[in-house]
Amino acid sequence: MAYIQPKLDLVRRSASSGAEPALSRETEVAKLIDISKCIGCKACQVACMEWNELRQEPEENVGVYDNPHDLNPNTWTLMRYTEYENTAEDRLEWLIRKDGCMHCTDPGCLKACPSPGAIVQYSNGIVDFISEACIGCGYCVKGCPFNIPRISKADHKAYKCTLCSDRVAEGMGPACAKACPTKAITFGSKDDMIALANERVEDLKERGYARAGLYDPPGVNGTHVMYVLHHADKPSLYAGLPDAPRISPLVETWKGVTKYAGMLAMGAAAVVGIGHYLMAGPNEVSEHDEAEARKLKEGRDA
Amino acid sequence: MPEKTYVRRYSAGARLNHWVTAVSLVLLALSGLALFHPSLFFLSGLFGGGANVREFHPWIGLVLAVSFLGLFFRFWRLNLWERTDNVWLTRLRSVLAGREEDLPEIGKYNAGQKMVFWLMSILIVALFLSGVVLWDQQHDWLAANLGLSFTIEQSRVAVLIHAIAAVIAIVVWIVHVYAAIWVKGTISAMTRGEVTGGWGWRHHRRWLREEVARGGKSRPAE
Repeated sequence: MAYIQPKLDLVRRSASSGAEPALSRETEVAKLIDISKCIGCKACQVACMEWNELRQEPEENVGVYDNPHDLNPNTWTLMRYTEYENTAEDRLEWLIRKDGCMHCTDPGCLKACPSPGAIVQYSNGIVDFISEACIGCGYCVKGCPFNIPRISKADHKAYKCTLCSDRVAEGMGPACAKACPTKAITFGSKDDMIALANERVEDLKERGYARAGLYDPPGVNGTHVMYVLHHADKPSLYAGLPDAPRISPLVETWKGVTKYAGMLAMGAAAVVGIGHYLMAGPNEVSEHDEAEARKLKEGRDA
Repeated sequence: MPEKTYVRRYSAGARLNHWVTAVSLVLLALSGLALFHPSLFFLSGLFGGGANVREFHPWIGLVLAVSFLGLFFRFWRLNLWERTDNVWLTRLRSVLAGREEDLPEIGKYNAGQKMVFWLMSILIVALFLSGVVLWDQQHDWLAANLGLSFTIEQSRVAVLIHAIAAVIAIVVWIVHVYAAIWVKGTISAMTRGEVTGGWGWRHHRRWLREEVARGGKSRPAE
């Protein structure tokens, strides 16, 4: 296994021109979540709360194990349980997915963020929210293809999984991986995790899961949280995991052509105005005009 | 030198209404631009930081929406399109050259002013509606009181509409302000409420004739 350097050089920074050049590229890290090994114990969910000092009140039981019912500012990772009736093979499958930030290589949240440095990407691939710079506008929510960031009603800042960037910086793996009793969650270099995933996929295929595969979606240039899925052909079975995630074309248009064309249009309008004034000169009222107006008025008064 | 005459153009109420709209529009442009392009984020300093921009911008937007509604009802009738407006548009070259003797006699507003009026009306409706979708802090209130809730996909559409409409509104605003600077004697209409007779004769002769015929009393509708 590759050595994970405990450094946090930035390669991308929100609302900043160009990336900060990293003096040295760290090894890209990844968390691999093997859904075929997950027993749904929620140890990862608890470990995340514990390490990050988050406390979420349990919500009402609505007949499924999902609790709380959705990600929120205090729940950065959430077990989602899906009962899947596999009619083709005539069996009921319980698909359990640990939901949370995927740490995209091309992060939509970072692209959408208007506040310089509120969202950063380290050269090891981790995408992190820097609360001090966050202004709570919610643009990251619109940018994210996975519906992950949540805005706190308490401090109006965005929160999500950090991939335990603080632990990784000290050479440790994330808290969820440490707590997992079945090693369904593993952490290491991205290359090692892909190799491990390939072994697992081979194994699953031998055991009858012909469509098993690795979820490392190319639409966002891959992610630093990956899944081993038994039904890799249908990711959406797993509580709506996007089949082909990508940054929305609306967001790309907004943060791309609109931004540049908009600046150009406003600048051009001002320049054309100044140019017109210099060429045409002021449009002034002449003494003749004043005299005509006075005659008009006198004509009425007479 | 001939003695100048003065004609009343805007009541005190109309001027106050205009300036409330103007100030809120400028504040909205400054705070909005701060979030539009990273190179303009420094404008957030005018409001005490980005979090304040996020907090203040929608409230100022609410002020503008109400204020502009006032302007709309004051002026919409005088901005209805007329046949002479088409002539004005086809002779835009004369307009830009300041050769107003080539143009038909114009009422209170020329075609350019009318286009500014209607464009702003449409853009402010678009900005208001898309702005409501983007006002995350009020979503609980909107859901509880109006039963409104929005999906992320809808908010993506809204944010794009908001940005494009804002850019067009700023361009229209630049045209509006430039016209007021270029056409000398205009600004006093919105500061003191009156213009010189010569200004009326040169730029809005039909309006001047009507005003003089009426004895210079302004209509309550303005």
